[in-house]
Amino acid sequence: MGVKLVHITKVFPDPHHPGKEVVAVRNVSIDVKEGEFVTFLGPSGCGKTTTLRIISGFEYPTEGEVWISGKMVNNDPPNKRDTSMVFQSYAIFPHLSVAQNIGFGLELKGLPKERIRAETERIMAVMNLTNLANRRPDQLSGGQQQRVALARAIVNKPSVLLFDEPLSNLDAKLREQMRLEIRRIQKTFGITSIYVTHDQVEAMTVSDRIVVMNEGNIMQIGTPFEIYSRPLNRFVADFIGRVNFFEGTVTEVKGQGVRVRFNHGVDREVASCSIAFKPGDKALVVVRPESLKLVSPSSSTGNGISQNASVYSHPANGQPFLEGKIDKVVYLGSVCEYEIDGGREKPVLAVTHNPIEEGFFQPGDLVGIDFSPISAHALPLSS
Amino acid sequence: MVRSKGSRWAREIRLLWGDPLLFTVVFFVLSSLIVFILYPLVLVVATSFKTPKGFGLAVFLEVFKSAYLLQGFWNSIMMSTLTAVGGSLIGFLFAYTLSRTDIPFKKLFHIIAIIPVVSPPFIGAMSIIMLFGNNGLITYSLLGINNYPIYGFRGLLFAQLLTFFPIAYITLRGVLESISPTLEDAAMDLGGSRWQVFRKVTLPLSIPGIASAMLVLFIETMADFGNPLILAGSQFPILSVQAYLQITGMFDLPTGSALALLLLLPSITAYILQKYWVSRKQYITITGKPTTSMIKSVHPVAKWVLFGVCLFVVLLILLVYLTILWGAFANVWGTDNTLTLKHFQYVFGVGFRAVVDTLTISGISTPLSGILGMVIAFLVVRKRFPGKQFMEFTSMLSFAVPGTVIGIGYILAFNSPPLVLTGTLAILLLNFIYRYIPVGIQSGIAILRQIDPAIEEAAIDLGADAKKTFLRVTLPLMVPAFFSGLIFAFVRAMTAISAAIFLVSSHWNLMTVQIMSQVESGRLGAASAFSVILVGLILVAIFMIRAILLYRYGKLGGKLLNI
Repeated sequence: MGVKLVHITKVFPDPHHPGKEVVAVRNVSIDVKEGEFVTFLGPSGCGKTTTLRIISGFEYPTEGEVWISGKMVNNDPPNKRDTSMVFQSYAIFPHLSVAQNIGFGLELKGLPKERIRAETERIMAVMNLTNLANRRPDQLSGGQQQRVALARAIVNKPSVLLFDEPLSNLDAKLREQMRLEIRRIQKTFGITSIYVTHDQVEAMTVSDRIVVMNEGNIMQIGTPFEIYSRPLNRFVADFIGRVNFFEGTVTEVKGQGVRVRFNHGVDREVASCSIAFKPGDKALVVVRPESLKLVSPSSSTGNGISQNASVYSHPANGQPFLEGKIDKVVYLGSVCEYEIDGGREKPVLAVTHNPIEEGFFQPGDLVGIDFSPISAHALPLSS
Repeated sequence: MVRSKGSRWAREIRLLWGDPLLFTVVFFVLSSLIVFILYPLVLVVATSFKTPKGFGLAVFLEVFKSAYLLQGFWNSIMMSTLTAVGGSLIGFLFAYTLSRTDIPFKKLFHIIAIIPVVSPPFIGAMSIIMLFGNNGLITYSLLGINNYPIYGFRGLLFAQLLTFFPIAYITLRGVLESISPTLEDAAMDLGGSRWQVFRKVTLPLSIPGIASAMLVLFIETMADFGNPLILAGSQFPILSVQAYLQITGMFDLPTGSALALLLLLPSITAYILQKYWVSRKQYITITGKPTTSMIKSVHPVAKWVLFGVCLFVVLLILLVYLTILWGAFANVWGTDNTLTLKHFQYVFGVGFRAVVDTLTISGISTPLSGILGMVIAFLVVRKRFPGKQFMEFTSMLSFAVPGTVIGIGYILAFNSPPLVLTGTLAILLLNFIYRYIPVGIQSGIAILRQIDPAIEEAAIDLGADAKKTFLRVTLPLMVPAFFSGLIFAFVRAMTAISAAIFLVSSHWNLMTVQIMSQVESGRLGAASAFSVILVGLILVAIFMIRAILLYRYGKLGGKLLNI
């Protein structure tokens, strides 16, 4: 049953230009299956929060239909919809205790006192809140408030859980912890969940599917793998993670993939494409930094640790995809990040793993850069 | 995709129809505002243009021909301007000293500076007469001067500065405390001297606040009635008193109304300036928790000079209030200062009706006014409906309309059918309720802006309808603001005179009106005793509300009432 959005459009009056209007959400359609965890991801102002508020009923769509559990709910106010929201600011009632906050929704439903207490206690046990039951909200840490907000939403057993950037007020470590916690709870209860965030790592961690939005439009809907490795367009490729773009012309179509003659004259195979290319089409090839392989060119004799870097295998044809000079090195412990001057407009980004064993380059080192077909993905140039 | 404004109206009306509760409340509030605020004002305007042959400018031509009436207008403008400038200056010095230096007795200075705000505004005038008048303690008893000319410009300006500078002080203290000390630290860190920091950072950031304080003081002084009635004298006529005398002395409603309109126009202008221009220029430099104010920005010499100025002001206030206290116990002020209780016996005997009436009227009207204020604040901040701006403007209008104008308006409006209310308790209650809603609205709006709308959305999301959300979530969160608004509304109701003096009757009388008539008949002892009791009752009420809040909300409750 889940949630279905059909051609949702939302138009607001423009606060900066009286009399004009801005389109916050444009023709958004998606079908969220029961028990599925779907995340709306995008930069601020992309319409993701508006979409969430349309589902919860705090905004009415200008056009389109909202379906929850097989029922069209366009005209239902938020209190009549079977959704529970976890707010960005948590929105814990400051005048009620933790237990009273969690029991608020049950009380409104008119459940008997005993039932309310039992349900509240059960959820508090699951969420590790039992010993905070009588605390006031201003005596809670950010993480605890977050758990109360989640418990308060879940205890009502809604058909749909809605999350509005719930982790953005937490520090990095707690955020990582809560991501897993949210995913665990959602799996435990099997509640259909819709989540809004601008943090792509968060989206990748929790979601079954991700909806990438920009300027009110859906740019792509897909699994975390598809969004990251098989982006539909330049925006998605650029917005999610870091990326290298290489331009070229399709010379040959090979099954799912293509052969591309890149603008600097080198030919490579690309294993996946976002559209059906024809020979002669211009293509934009996406390669993630961690998919680039760095090799010391045979001519250069490295020094010190960087000599170890030659353990990378040399491509069969002997000619690297691109040659360049290491410009910047950021050693992060588990990985090493490089900016490489390949004689192009933008530096080439590369990441190598396990630097202590694999070794790493120094600024000024000359390197050959290459990638395997499977890690490359072709988009139409004009996407 | 451009839509006309008309469709937004249509949408808002449709939304209102779909919410019967909201519709009822909006309808009730709007119509009551029209009847009890706007209608009397419209009648004042209409009456001032009334001539035997219909409508015209005849009354105004008469007024402008009368040098005496015109002088009253200019005197009022001059007095209000001087009080605005002088009072804001003293208020700023006081606020700056108490917020930026570590002088001793800060808390005590603060409390003493607040006293004029919580006491009847004409106490200054009374005390000045007792100190400098014909039987004045200083002029007659100490210096042996007979008939020192304290009546008129000098005495009145002194009384007005003393009465109204605390309002500027409270406003500007808020402004100064909201200037993040880190800004001053930064300026100093960048090499600014203390004087440069003050001149280039602190002062410019305070300018909108100072302008705002000046406009408020201008409005208050224009509207003030008690001090000029006692002190202005016939040589220095003041507009509000002239309007009152036209109506009660000469029974000339059109001329009284015309004077009221002349009184209203400058006040409204100042109010509109304050609300739509100055308040937009206010800077917000503090986000989150207030940082401790810094003490090092004032040079030690400057500090002690400021201390001296504040001490002088504080001593003057004490002198004024102790004079009243002494006067309440003195046998015959000025000639026989031996202590006696006879004035209190008088108040608790003959005058006790007025005490009971005052308490009844204030006790009933303030909570009602407070609740109405909260409802309006809620509607204005959280709801969308047609007429919202009208509601906000009209309900806040009472703040700008001088009591004299409203008093005359009520006489005109409720002396004849359809609503005959003169002489009843109702007219006093209604007047007080609608006159003091701005106090409740202001504190209500302030707290609502602090309540994250998501908190109410969470309640709705969890299944609460509009009524339950308001009752279970919004209202409990507004209670502290309600009480703190209640205190100020109560103080204002207890000390009200300018409008009420038109509305009292033999059935319902007020202590303030009693005090005025005692002063006019030269019975300063009884007037003082009344004043002491009045201030005493106000203090008891404040401490009771404060105690309730402290008990219920702990430290937070105490903070809400920064008195």
